[in-house]
Amino acid sequence: MAWTREDMAARAARELRDGFYVNLGIGIPTLVANYIPEGMHVTLQSENGMLGMGPFPYEGEEDADLINAGKQTITELDSSSYFSSADSFAMIRGGHIALSILGGMQVAENGDLANWMVPGKMVKGMGGAMDLVAGVKRVVVVMDHCEKTGAPKLLHRCNLPLTGAGVVDLLITELGVFEINRGKTPVRLIELAPGVTVDEVKSKTEAAFEVAV
Amino acid sequence: MADKVRENAVEALSGLLFDGMTIMAGGFGLCGIPENLIAAIRESGVKDLTVVSNNCGIDGFGLGILLENRQIKKMISSYVGENKLFEQLYLSGELELEFNPQGTLAERIRAGGAGIPAFFTRTGVGTLVAEGKEVREFDGELYVMERGLVADLSIVKAWKADAEGNQVFRKTARNYNPMMATAGKATVVEVEQLAAIGDLDKDNIHTPGIFVDRIVKGAVYEKRIERVTTRTKEAA
Repeated sequence: MAWTREDMAARAARELRDGFYVNLGIGIPTLVANYIPEGMHVTLQSENGMLGMGPFPYEGEEDADLINAGKQTITELDSSSYFSSADSFAMIRGGHIALSILGGMQVAENGDLANWMVPGKMVKGMGGAMDLVAGVKRVVVVMDHCEKTGAPKLLHRCNLPLTGAGVVDLLITELGVFEINRGKTPVRLIELAPGVTVDEVKSKTEAAFEVAV
Repeated sequence: MADKVRENAVEALSGLLFDGMTIMAGGFGLCGIPENLIAAIRESGVKDLTVVSNNCGIDGFGLGILLENRQIKKMISSYVGENKLFEQLYLSGELELEFNPQGTLAERIRAGGAGIPAFFTRTGVGTLVAEGKEVREFDGELYVMERGLVADLSIVKAWKADAEGNQVFRKTARNYNPMMATAGKATVVEVEQLAAIGDLDKDNIHTPGIFVDRIVKGAVYEKRIERVTTRTKEAA
């Protein structure tokens, strides 16, 4: 049984540490907020200008002036603060955020990440992803292991335009966890989802990897 | 004191608009957008605009209404995914588009307003964003040079301002507004509340009035929400 989206989010949450300032991307990464361990203090940054993101508001209590980077209504905490986009990216670019968890289209052995553009299709833009991978201390990518067509997404080299070169530290897919280490060392498969075999992972992966499970 | 306060959005923009100009518009999604000034720009019919804004509104609201009226020639943005008309105009070649990483866009505006013509950032090194730009090594790391950005006009949305133009923003509606206020050759601010001189806490002004030429209290605020997301109250 490969991991579900919730399982992947829960696995990503194990990368959190007490005291971390963290930026969570859209999609599965957003779900990571539901798995912060009891008693651990983690501050969520929203790159549109907030530290200390709270949960979604109760119905009828939405505030048009209070949204996250996915443009969803959210709430504040007693410890929250607000700031401009320039200050927000000073935090990100300046290395003050400990961990970024974001989605991906392709990850390569050399730590490259592609997650913003498919040539020939309408491109929506990179938003804050390029800044996050360039500036945050540790970058964790959570993505499906293969395309819907079955084509692998963990590759020797990305063939889509890059979001960042040599930026990925860890990759979590429904099949397992890979240490990428920004391409500085060979890729290592360090965990398998329950019921998944190394052979299955190999058959669905283009990148070379060492097995360390 | 020169009187910066104007009666309405049309007057606030009077004499400042011309075809082919560059306009910076504050806001992130629909949050913190100068909706009254955008409506007045639509009414003016000014065209061939280059608009610098993180996004381009949605169909029928925000900067989307300038797209409908074919007033925008080029957008400089970080993300434009929320707008069907945008996609049509872009794919048919009627609209130019320059993508900037969000933090690079914010810093280009901050730098422009601060008199800094260029800066180096790690963001975008090794990607399409760095193509054609100077890349330089500092302390063993590669950085790409990005230019400061200024505009003919900045339209800004603050929560409150006084007649001097001292501004206070509210929650995440702040976003690009403070930097854009500094980077316009002319800056017009619209507010929900016009505060009396002396009523704002001087230690808590987010953007001082020096950056502001004109101020207008918005006639109506729709403040639409792009994605209402709620949780249900658990039974007590």
